[in-house]
Amino acid sequence: MAEQTAHPATRDIRDDHPSDGRDGSGGAAAGGAGKPDAAVVRDALGVGVAVGLSGFAFGVTSAGAGLTLLQTCVLSLLVFTGASQFALVGALAGGGNPFTAAAGAFFLGTRNAFYGLRLSQLLALPRSVKPFAAQWVIDETTAVALAQPDRRSARLGFTVTGLALYLLWNLTTLLGALGAEAIGDTAAWGLDAAGPAVFLALLAPMLRTATERATAGIAVLLGLGLLPVLPAGVPVLVAALAAPAVLWFQGRRAQKRSAAHEKAPR
Amino acid sequence: MNGMIGMNTLNSTQVWIAIGLTVAGCYLVKLAGLLVPAQTLERPLVQRLAALLPVALLAALTAQQTFATGAHLTLDARAAGVAAAALALVLRAPFLVVVGAAVVVTAGVRALGG
Repeated sequence: MAEQTAHPATRDIRDDHPSDGRDGSGGAAAGGAGKPDAAVVRDALGVGVAVGLSGFAFGVTSAGAGLTLLQTCVLSLLVFTGASQFALVGALAGGGNPFTAAAGAFFLGTRNAFYGLRLSQLLALPRSVKPFAAQWVIDETTAVALAQPDRRSARLGFTVTGLALYLLWNLTTLLGALGAEAIGDTAAWGLDAAGPAVFLALLAPMLRTATERATAGIAVLLGLGLLPVLPAGVPVLVAALAAPAVLWFQGRRAQKRSAAHEKAPR
Repeated sequence: MNGMIGMNTLNSTQVWIAIGLTVAGCYLVKLAGLLVPAQTLERPLVQRLAALLPVALLAALTAQQTFATGAHLTLDARAAGVAAAALALVLRAPFLVVVGAAVVVTAGVRALGG
């Protein structure tokens, strides 16, 4: 998915405490009579249509990277999480081996586990439904579900967003891949810039504090600096270490500060 | 498909291996979130790492896909396109405009011989 809605969603998810009243009963009480179904469906379709369209960019990028029509469509049908899909085809086009390419895509997909955690509490799905619902646990469905006042609306929002996105994402992927084959040289049309632009659009809203900016800066230096010396695909994985490194450094600094504070005369 | 930016004819078996691994990995992390007990992932350090990991990955990927040609760093039309996307983001343009700006500017610079 083009996760342009991801970041507000991510923020909501992380900043909301699990017991913020959205987990069913409390939410219903706070929401009064609840939200009309039509309004929920309208929200869901709005997000679904806007985002589904960028499947087109994925189809073009994937075909341009040299994947076949079938490979491109299988990715959208079965992976169904946009950033991971873009990362995978980019890594393969750059000459990465299948394992490092898949590892980068996997690490980008791990955020969905945290969405699933919130949705699990919010939607209270029966165990038998979870394996099917899991495929739709992505940025946009989480954003819409978390924005609803009660469990009923959240379930409706999750389902309609998931369905609309799934259909549109796969349809536009197919059209993009067919379009790229018809065009031929996608680079002449500037379409090789679509991938990095999508990544930048996803990244920009995340750069809220110095912590995120430092992480991004170090990751860029590692990703570019190691490119000529390490096998394709590996530099991105090394760059991911910027995240634990920055957290470790912050932790140490906080420790030192509190140690210094204790020593200081009162 | 020849003549595309990939130009490297990808090894089909390798691509399918990568697809299989990605399909399995991405599905399993989604399912894990729905199945695991809440406290497993609710630890503050795990949450902060999960928030920062995409920042690092997206930053590195953006830089590489803008400046890398194989294992070499190059400055070509893509850089102008991604700069246009950055400007569109600063101006708070919608997502499709951001991507469109990158594509149009890259194509334009290339047409002018950049």
